[in-house]
Amino acid sequence: MSLQPVKFYQTGTFTVGNRLLAPEERSVQANMERTNSLNSGHRACQGCGEALGARYAIDAAMIASQGQLVAANATGCLEVFSTPYPETSWQIPWIHSLFGNAAAVATGIAAAIKVKKAKGQGGDVRVVAQGGDGGTTDIGFGCLSGMFERNDDVLYICYDNGGYMNTGVQRSSATPPAARTATTMPVGPEPGNAFGQGKFMPALAMAHEIPYVATATVADLRDLEYKVKKAMTFRGARYIQILVPCPLGWGAASQDTIRLSRLAKETGTFPVFEAEYGEITGSSKIRRLLPVEEYLRPQKRFAHLFGKVPAVETIARLQALADRNIRRYQMLDKEAI
Amino acid sequence: MLKQTEGSHAVAEAVALCRPEVICAYPISPQTHIVEGIGEMVKSGELTDCEFLNVESEFAAMSVAIGSSAAGARTYTATASQGLLFMVEAVFNASGLGLPIVMTVANRAIGAPINIWNDHSDSLSQRDCGWIQLFAETNQEALDLHIQAFKLAEELSLPVMVCMDGFILTHAYERVDMPTQEQVDSFLPPYEPRQVLDPAEPVSIGAMVGPEAFMEVRYLAHAKQMQALELIPQLAAEFKTTFGRDSGGLTRSYRTEGAETIVVAMGSILGTIKDVVDEMRDAGEKIGVLGITSFRPFPLESVRAALKDVKRVVVLEKSLAVGISGILASDVRKALRKLQIDVFTVIAGLGGRAITKKSLHALFLKLALETEESLTFLDLDWGVVNRQFERERQTRRSGPAAENMLRDIGTVASKIA
Repeated sequence: MSLQPVKFYQTGTFTVGNRLLAPEERSVQANMERTNSLNSGHRACQGCGEALGARYAIDAAMIASQGQLVAANATGCLEVFSTPYPETSWQIPWIHSLFGNAAAVATGIAAAIKVKKAKGQGGDVRVVAQGGDGGTTDIGFGCLSGMFERNDDVLYICYDNGGYMNTGVQRSSATPPAARTATTMPVGPEPGNAFGQGKFMPALAMAHEIPYVATATVADLRDLEYKVKKAMTFRGARYIQILVPCPLGWGAASQDTIRLSRLAKETGTFPVFEAEYGEITGSSKIRRLLPVEEYLRPQKRFAHLFGKVPAVETIARLQALADRNIRRYQMLDKEAI
Repeated sequence: MLKQTEGSHAVAEAVALCRPEVICAYPISPQTHIVEGIGEMVKSGELTDCEFLNVESEFAAMSVAIGSSAAGARTYTATASQGLLFMVEAVFNASGLGLPIVMTVANRAIGAPINIWNDHSDSLSQRDCGWIQLFAETNQEALDLHIQAFKLAEELSLPVMVCMDGFILTHAYERVDMPTQEQVDSFLPPYEPRQVLDPAEPVSIGAMVGPEAFMEVRYLAHAKQMQALELIPQLAAEFKTTFGRDSGGLTRSYRTEGAETIVVAMGSILGTIKDVVDEMRDAGEKIGVLGITSFRPFPLESVRAALKDVKRVVVLEKSLAVGISGILASDVRKALRKLQIDVFTVIAGLGGRAITKKSLHALFLKLALETEESLTFLDLDWGVVNRQFERERQTRRSGPAAENMLRDIGTVASKIA
């Protein structure tokens, strides 16, 4: 390893060409040995953030576990587009049971692995569970909370696209306020999703004081891979929530998936941080703070906020939520200010 | 070894002798003593190489069981009543995936109104879920059926419910013959899964199946249950060779020689019925009993063979197919198609209502004289029912029915006729 800290500014963004890095510092995705855990040929939409996020995350977990990985998957887009019978895109042992039980199925797998290992009939196989935000924050919440509370040896990854996209874009408890979905239409005196209390799973995961909690976006591959690998260094329950834009559900151009992921962080809408045993240990800093409009405007699910008469008050409320995130998760580098 | 023990503890010991690897537990009466017993054995170190998980719901219990079974571990859980209903989505999933989980159902009524006592509404509501359902008559049989269930489940890659009457069996202290570890080991080989989540040989389990193959996959589930019809008697015979006892099988006849009437039932009530039949036989009545051990798969041929020569069949069941009559009775009728035999349906013992010899005796004598098929609710208090109908006629806001009827009776204790 070079003592010189690597600076990622060479291309004018936070990305860096792998040619500029030593092989051991390259991303998993740039590694010739990557497993393509979620292989090509699946049926995700163009620009699907979830497909990208799952591929990044599971390939990183495969490297971290030396290929000894089993995945349990909740019902949802990822499950449907990856395994249209009789084809499968999964290069790892993978099971789909139900919408609301991925965490519990993973617990069962981990328990079986533990017994087999103790009996000398199996190796150190690691377990990931994965699901969308609906399968995580709504229908799967009970099983997930149980898995956290028991501190079962499972890494749960939530691909958060803010709604039930597989069933036709309905509202979940992770849908942002004001967003249009099929069940929160932009009509009436308060168009779009209501301003509820919110249900931010990473904070709920932290409240369980599990060993590791992190958030990431598909805009920052290296950060995502780092967090998955970091998570794999812990035993017990771990939770990573990855923001994965959905071009279909968000009404966004498919080439904007990465841009929107980045804007979600740069506006403070989606905090990117990590926490150990219930305490925040670090957060990704906003590089150039932007108003939430920059994030909202490219998405048709927020188009009703930008009509002939802009919904100034609603936008201000969304800005206030972003400001709270920035404050709470220390998203601004004090030195930079 | 002979011992005097509680039904639940007998089952707990039998399950432990089967060398389970993962057990998931969620409390619900009346199955709790079973998982408590196993939990203690794991914690004390008496039962080794076994993970005991206290989960947060029955839905999680079955989901954990799905995961551990798919990862190749011999898996057990127990439930009852509302708990079984709470896990239903995962119950169907376990059989659909072909995972040989064994689960005790300590049969109990389903609310509302909430009721913790025994009937068969819970597991019979799951008759089409794809699980094998075996009913125990005694604690000895409950114990024995668990040992057979693991072997049956694993040979077919199908989950098995062992049903035992809540409280009547689970909480009854009886003498049982507890087998030795060597006996169980010689009967039950280690679990060799047909499918397993193994990084050395990655497979996808639980893919979406469209119209092009779904029918075939479902047919296979049926075909496996038909195979179970062959296998269950074989295992019972094999069990007898090893353990020296008759336990399990598809059906069991009692004093049916020359019978004009045969009473069909499942579970512990068979004991009471046999006592009544003994008395009636002594009095010259031509009556016998057919016990159904395997409710799913339902042994149509075996039932038909046992009943084909009688004048009438009385199906006495602790369940109610609301809006039609009996669940077991419908299956028995199917076994008797094209035969001129009257099938009388008797709904009895719902929610723990005692089924007495006196009531059964009077009922069997009465039905022997009837010429039309009928539906009888044994020992139903028509006064209580009719007064509720009257309240509903008189007052629009007549209030909650169950509470009205309780107030009418004036006591919450079970009535014994």
